[in-house]
Amino acid sequence: MIKLEGLFKSFGKGGVLKGLDLEVEKGESRVIIGGSGSGKSVILKHIIGIMKPDKGHVFIDGVDITVMKESSLYETRKKFGMLFQMAALFDSMNVWENIGFGLRRRRDLRPADIKEIAVDKLKMVGLVDVENLMPSELSGGMKKRVGLARAIAYEPEILLYDEPTTGLDPITADAINDLIVEMREKLRVTSVAITHDMSSAYKIAGRISMLYDGKIIGTGTPEEIRGTDNPYIRQFITGSATGPIKIEGVSDDRNIDRN
Amino acid sequence: MIKLIETLGRTLIGFSGELGRIVLLLLATVRQALMPPLELRNTFYQMLEIGVRSLPVVVVTAIFTGMVFALQTYTGFKRFGAESVVGTVVALSMTRELGPVLTGLIVAGRAGAAMAAELGTMRVTEQIDALETLATNPVRYLIVPRFFAGMIMLPAVTIVADIIGIIGGYIVTVGLFKTSSVVYWKRTWDFLVASDIYNGLIKACFFGASIAIISCYKGFYTSGGAEGVGKATTGAVVLSSMTILISDYFLSNWLFR
Repeated sequence: MIKLEGLFKSFGKGGVLKGLDLEVEKGESRVIIGGSGSGKSVILKHIIGIMKPDKGHVFIDGVDITVMKESSLYETRKKFGMLFQMAALFDSMNVWENIGFGLRRRRDLRPADIKEIAVDKLKMVGLVDVENLMPSELSGGMKKRVGLARAIAYEPEILLYDEPTTGLDPITADAINDLIVEMREKLRVTSVAITHDMSSAYKIAGRISMLYDGKIIGTGTPEEIRGTDNPYIRQFITGSATGPIKIEGVSDDRNIDRN
Repeated sequence: MIKLIETLGRTLIGFSGELGRIVLLLLATVRQALMPPLELRNTFYQMLEIGVRSLPVVVVTAIFTGMVFALQTYTGFKRFGAESVVGTVVALSMTRELGPVLTGLIVAGRAGAAMAAELGTMRVTEQIDALETLATNPVRYLIVPRFFAGMIMLPAVTIVADIIGIIGGYIVTVGLFKTSSVVYWKRTWDFLVASDIYNGLIKACFFGASIAIISCYKGFYTSGGAEGVGKATTGAVVLSSMTILISDYFLSNWLFR
């Protein structure tokens, strides 16, 4: 369903993706974990075709979107819904106009129908009576929910989540996790989420892949990942500053007595 | 010395790169503009923003420019007894030069800055990416309406500036210096030909398109958060104003010679 093959991408001098391969099957819920700035968002933007790779291919349902004409690419994007890290709601529109944005080109729908669909989607994400508010009047958690409602409005086959819980308090974050699981069960969509929040990853993932140094270095179910002996993945999931993954600007010989 | 050449070279490469990207964005905009249906609601909103909302500042600028122009010309021309042609000088300067250029500079400062800031904020908050994920071409949705609005509204506002400027000249020449009102209007109409007006409006149309495409370009390719938006906004106003002033010479040379 989604297949990334030998993907290379660099910005300026530094390579972000260095021959990345990834395959996500239909109906699967995949979570990609990795450090900040490791290129996780870049992967999502390649899947939906907002970014073009320097080298490599992206197949969606067997069709290579990297060589597609622009008009077909926009058609293919209708299969997708994406939730952005900061929700990326259009701040010149109110909540229901945001949710209905992707629907407004459908000529068979009147504004009243679109609003009805929007209210319906809002209910699905647990929000009522907010359809006429402006994005600036919403809290962070509400924005994410509205962002999710917008992503599912077009009834996509594939949902992409860019750090769905980042910037939220633990309780709101868990509510968003529940919502993602619920979406998967209700809508039977394929989903790819990127996160560095391990509790979120364990909860929403069917399988987890870890991105390190521009490549996927391991994939497994949450249980397999928990029990992995790969030192890189171990360091990441236990959240340790010492190990094979080096943090820029922190010297190796720094010893901290943690006791 | 080598450092100097290096800096010069780097500036030149940077400039050519930027010019190339602006031209590419212009081509993409024109291509999208030729494919119906257009975003009419957005276009009307932008026309309101660029045209109608710029009117108060343009009116104040035009009336005082016309007034000071008449004041200076009258007192200067009096030295060689040519004060009767003040009407002609004001009318020709306003329609051919000051109307389009001043309007262009005001719109660049007002609407150009707003375009760059809005698109820049949309870029850094991923709203432009969100448009793409919702199968909407951002050039078509955001830039085409602003491009059309700039091209249509700048000439429209320029006409107002031309008229108000000439009225400003009248107020000073007739009201302050007690010249005959008939002479002012006669001198205005005697030497003003239609091409003065429409060539001025062609310039305005070009300025409107330039402001829109440059400001949208600066906003569309913003990076680096709030600081980036600030830089894009300043850059849009500076580059639009420079483009207006420099292209004005070449356009005038082509249209009025």
